[in-house]
Amino acid sequence: MYLDIWQLLTGLVHWLMVNIIGAILGWIGFHGVEHWLGTPGVLNFVTIIVVGLVVFIVGMLVSITLIWQERKELGRLMDRRGTQVGPIGLFQNFADALKVLVKEHIVPEAADSMVYNVAPVIIIGVSLMMMVTIPYSPGFYMSNSQLSVLLTLALFGVVPFAVLLGGWASNNKYTLIGGMRAAAQIIAYEVPLLLSVVGVVILAGSLNFFDIVAWQQSHVWLVLPMIIGAIVFTISMIAELERVPFDLPEAEAELVEGWGTEYGGMRFGLIMMSEYARGFIGSSMITLLFLGGWDMPAFLNFIPDGIWFLAKVFIVFGIIIWIRGALPRVRTDQILNLGWRRLLPLAVVNIAIAIAFKTLGWF
Amino acid sequence: MAEMWINMGPQHPMTHGLWNMRIKVDGETITDAEPVIGYLHRGWEKMTEDRRYPQIIPMSDRLCYGSSFTWSHVYCMAVEDLMGIEVPEKAKYIRAMSDELQRIGNHLMWLAAIGPDLGNLTIFLYALREREMFLDLFQSLCGARMTYNYCRIGGVRNDAPPNWDRDLVRTLDYFEKRMNEYEELVDRNKVFRMRMEDLAPLSGKDAVNLGITGPTLRGSGVKYDIRQNDPYEIYDELDWHMCTADEGDTYARYRVRMDEMRMSVQIVRDILKKMPKTGPIRVKPPRNAPVGTGMARMEDPRGESLMYVIGDGTDKPYRLSVRSPLFVILSASPVLLRGNKIADLPSILGMIDVCMGETDR
Repeated sequence: MYLDIWQLLTGLVHWLMVNIIGAILGWIGFHGVEHWLGTPGVLNFVTIIVVGLVVFIVGMLVSITLIWQERKELGRLMDRRGTQVGPIGLFQNFADALKVLVKEHIVPEAADSMVYNVAPVIIIGVSLMMMVTIPYSPGFYMSNSQLSVLLTLALFGVVPFAVLLGGWASNNKYTLIGGMRAAAQIIAYEVPLLLSVVGVVILAGSLNFFDIVAWQQSHVWLVLPMIIGAIVFTISMIAELERVPFDLPEAEAELVEGWGTEYGGMRFGLIMMSEYARGFIGSSMITLLFLGGWDMPAFLNFIPDGIWFLAKVFIVFGIIIWIRGALPRVRTDQILNLGWRRLLPLAVVNIAIAIAFKTLGWF
Repeated sequence: MAEMWINMGPQHPMTHGLWNMRIKVDGETITDAEPVIGYLHRGWEKMTEDRRYPQIIPMSDRLCYGSSFTWSHVYCMAVEDLMGIEVPEKAKYIRAMSDELQRIGNHLMWLAAIGPDLGNLTIFLYALREREMFLDLFQSLCGARMTYNYCRIGGVRNDAPPNWDRDLVRTLDYFEKRMNEYEELVDRNKVFRMRMEDLAPLSGKDAVNLGITGPTLRGSGVKYDIRQNDPYEIYDELDWHMCTADEGDTYARYRVRMDEMRMSVQIVRDILKKMPKTGPIRVKPPRNAPVGTGMARMEDPRGESLMYVIGDGTDKPYRLSVRSPLFVILSASPVLLRGNKIADLPSILGMIDVCMGETDR
């Protein structure tokens, strides 16, 4: 059961543009504009923008909820209460956003001000762009590209580049080290991340999220045959998201706030927000690739697909939070060792297993 | 990346207190280090020359926020040595008990601080939660939570309150259960072990030559604990043993402190058993000290603390000198740091439990 957002919004936009605005314009006498508004090109364009807006808003709301979930769950793990503003602490994020919004924007005197200002724009823009590819249910999505998995992973790879730029441009020793760490970490973890997806792609035969979920619906959740791949992907994804235990680029114990030391005010707030947006994308990728996406037991069919998907995302993110609560930070050389010497071979083994399954025709 | 100097402090999350660790890095590797202290220098020793002997007790409490009782204790012992006062039996037991409770509280503070140093906040909140119980104990003992002003020249200020034994035993029982929880969280955690094992190893010989004392020295396998080597108060009558570890790395230092917390619990239980139920807790000291010198040293939670006092026949000390364990350990920190990664700097320095109040004085 799902809501087809494209169908719904196409109808809504058509009704709004032709029957309401068009009719009013026609009544006034602008028959040319009325006719132009009714053409398929304009309707399509407006529909895409409206759908994009709706998907973006939903994605942002989910990301904000993830921040709330992190603060609440981490609080529980640490034997404290977590956020307190509003009912069950739900308004804390908005209060924080309001606070950082009124802060002054300061550019350090020695910083390269153009790169310094552009870097957060790249980070935030790319993080939010990733929401385009993530489907919530067969009907609730922004784009249905044949290469959506590849596109999402490619966008993930852009962020550390901007982190390096921002850390370098800030002209501060801490930020420089943080940026360099981000670059080293991403090179070490991008490879196992991509390789562990290869196993999924071999079995499902597609790089499209819809096809991969459909394959899992008709066969089995990929976490079962691809358990090694799922673990490697999750660990690499945590490294990609720069979260504890792999949050070296912003190791606050030794590097103050890492690469983001010099960023304050709303830039800091939006960078933080985009981190959780990426957290949402990362958890959704784990859900879509390994946990069956919106797949569900048949007798629970009355619960909408989108709810199932989001529930799984929250559970996956909850596990990531749990890891954060339990583990300290890994050291720079250890993180590279882990990436190159453990995860990479495991990812290759995973591909071999996938090929074996495919050749034997089990799946 | 070329070599560069980085200031870790005085305003930096790594520094527990106000000081500056200047490090020279080659990429991520520390090639040289230089501790810069003095940001918290208050002229403590000079200030004491202008105060009467009892007035210095609250000041010595403020030498370190984490272990204030042990500092007023060592001060009182030094002045008693100068004045030739014999402390009543019961006061000795109460002092030793407070020392051990202070040691647990201080080690919990240290355990809390290494959590964020290593990148995990959970252990921070857990340890501070238990430290709260020991602060409550001190509150019921002497009314204060941080700076106790409890030790007196010639004894302690007051006897333990009613129901003290019951509260104490209850807290210790609960705390011993919690200790298992920390060890599950840290010792059985692969990442914690990865971060601490084989990190900044220090041989016993080097540690002795550098003048390091306390848990940092015992982590290198040297059996040196003032409580045993030069027993003060009633430590020679108690049933306990020294905690050491042989590896000399950061994990060994961690283990020594954790074992010491358990050992302190055992000591406090033993004290409760052996402490006389009645008796004086304080003798009245003379107003003026004789001409002469007094010296006392004791096992502070961080190492060997020593006070040397010169009396000139008036009611104020002519000179009071403090030997802070951390001043020495910090001056040895470049040896510990050289060759390690930047990421290890907070954990190496966190393991020696930095407290600037006593270092800068």
